[in-house]
Amino acid sequence: MNSLFYQKNSSRNIGDKVFTTLSLICVVIAILPLIFLVTYILIKGGAQITPELFTLEPNPPGDDLDAGGINPALIGTLIITTIASIIAIPVGVGGGIYLAEYSKGGLFSRFIRFGVNVLAGVPSIIAGVFIYALIVSTKILFGSMYSGLAGGMALSILMLPSVIKTTDEGLKLVPNELRYASLGVGASMYTTILKITLPSAFRSIATGVVLGIARAAGETAPLIFTALFSYYYITGFGDLFYEMGSLAVLIYNFALEPYDAQNQLAWAASFILVLSILSVNIFSRILAALTEKTKRV
Amino acid sequence: MEEKLALFKNRKRFGIEKNIDIIFKNTALVLSSFVAIILLGIVLVVFFQSFESFSRYGLKFLVTSEWNPVKDEYGAFTAIYGTLITSFLSLLITIPLGVGTAIFITEDFVPKVFREIIGSFVELLAAIPSVVLGLWAIFVMEPFFRTFFIFLHNFFGWVPLFSTEPTGRNSLLAILILVVMLLPIVTSIARDSLNQVPKKLRNASYGIGASRWKTIFSVILPAALSGIMAGVLLALGRAMGETMAVTMIIGNSNAFSWSLLSPGYTISSMLANQFGEADGSQVSSLFYAAFVLMILSLVVNIFAQWLVKKFSLKY
Repeated sequence: MNSLFYQKNSSRNIGDKVFTTLSLICVVIAILPLIFLVTYILIKGGAQITPELFTLEPNPPGDDLDAGGINPALIGTLIITTIASIIAIPVGVGGGIYLAEYSKGGLFSRFIRFGVNVLAGVPSIIAGVFIYALIVSTKILFGSMYSGLAGGMALSILMLPSVIKTTDEGLKLVPNELRYASLGVGASMYTTILKITLPSAFRSIATGVVLGIARAAGETAPLIFTALFSYYYITGFGDLFYEMGSLAVLIYNFALEPYDAQNQLAWAASFILVLSILSVNIFSRILAALTEKTKRV
Repeated sequence: MEEKLALFKNRKRFGIEKNIDIIFKNTALVLSSFVAIILLGIVLVVFFQSFESFSRYGLKFLVTSEWNPVKDEYGAFTAIYGTLITSFLSLLITIPLGVGTAIFITEDFVPKVFREIIGSFVELLAAIPSVVLGLWAIFVMEPFFRTFFIFLHNFFGWVPLFSTEPTGRNSLLAILILVVMLLPIVTSIARDSLNQVPKKLRNASYGIGASRWKTIFSVILPAALSGIMAGVLLALGRAMGETMAVTMIIGNSNAFSWSLLSPGYTISSMLANQFGEADGSQVSSLFYAAFVLMILSLVVNIFAQWLVKKFSLKY
């Protein structure tokens, strides 16, 4: 009779409670760093935000108290990420189209898919080393060594796998009926892809690509010896072939400076970087959730 | 009418359209093979650049820890040891935390809304750039843990791992910041593989009277093990290649020490520190170190993929 009721003190129920508590503790430990991190950046970095921050050049570290602004680094990050996107998006989308639309699961496509996964696992600093050996040390870009262009190339290597993967997976989700219908009314393969399948997969591909860009914007390791760093305003097209600053490298350089003013500037740069990356992430997540709901209706 | 029909009959695809179709396909083919070209290029370039150092030091490079650009003597043992110890120990801490979190958000302890919020919180952590984590580690984590490290040294100083006086940045801090970075990876992959375990298995286990955690340990976790293992291996690859946060907090010292409380080095932090201003045979030695790092992470990654392929279709 007694065994029909929930027994609070039986060993199995106590054991269950212990483990439930343990997993709750795991969750708390897993979330605490994010909360600490975000509050710290918001408080320490947010306090530094002034209009001059966006317009001034950073002052070279020294004993002058004013660290200046982050204008060149901000523009540099935008330029370098744009270069990376210009290279990685066409190549990645094209490659993804081949994998999803043309390949028939043969040896080549399996090898490429495997290669995409392997490339995604290559440490980001190796991409920097590779571009250094290929472009910086050989001065192949019109005799310039460290340049924003080289930095963008290094970042594009990191973006490429994620762009291919999201294109491949996005296109695979498009129902085959759409393709049959398009081919059935006499459209050629490329018209079908460009006019039918690619547009209907556009949103999922765009989300993945935007997330990839956001991730690349925060990458530092590939830039520290390809784009290097610069204290000066970016004034024209020619600056692409010279050292170029970026928010990520600014944070790295200035965090290691012994001067407080530079450290504060690093916090301010982190504030801007984290805020933009997180808002892109949250926005695309909400967008993805919304589209998923409308699709099911 | 007949004219129109004739028009339809003759409506063949124009040659130019056919050509565009072929060109489009081949362009896509070429673009997709870029991945293979880049991958091959990376391996070949790093290998050939390290050739000079490889032929001079051979495998001795891997076991000596002299790094002296003046005397032209190079050995990467400290960095290789640092890479391995930081990644393995951080993984050791991450696995229970990450899997525990994943279990919590796949079971129904709290309403679904909260679990989804927790899940996306953990995933947002993955979006934070590692250089920002490094900044945070320098100015927040290091002062926070200082007293704890002194305590650790005073009471467990007889253990070789804690045998040196803690002075600022050290390997243990690098391990802790790696835990923060790896948690989202392990948690999200473990969550996905736990979600893929069919409900039938859980119901069968409950049906024969197993308690919730008995079910988790004896049925759900074994069924999801291959996926979790693959996630762990991916995290290991990430940990070995992680550069910025580790470089900023590990202290960057090539002096070998067993102690985690002394400054250390990893291959990637060595590259980040020295590549910019290296010249001569130092560059080649750095490429050699990069080659070692690349091989390590390639092996781990390929093994992870093999694991996924091999065990993914069990249920």
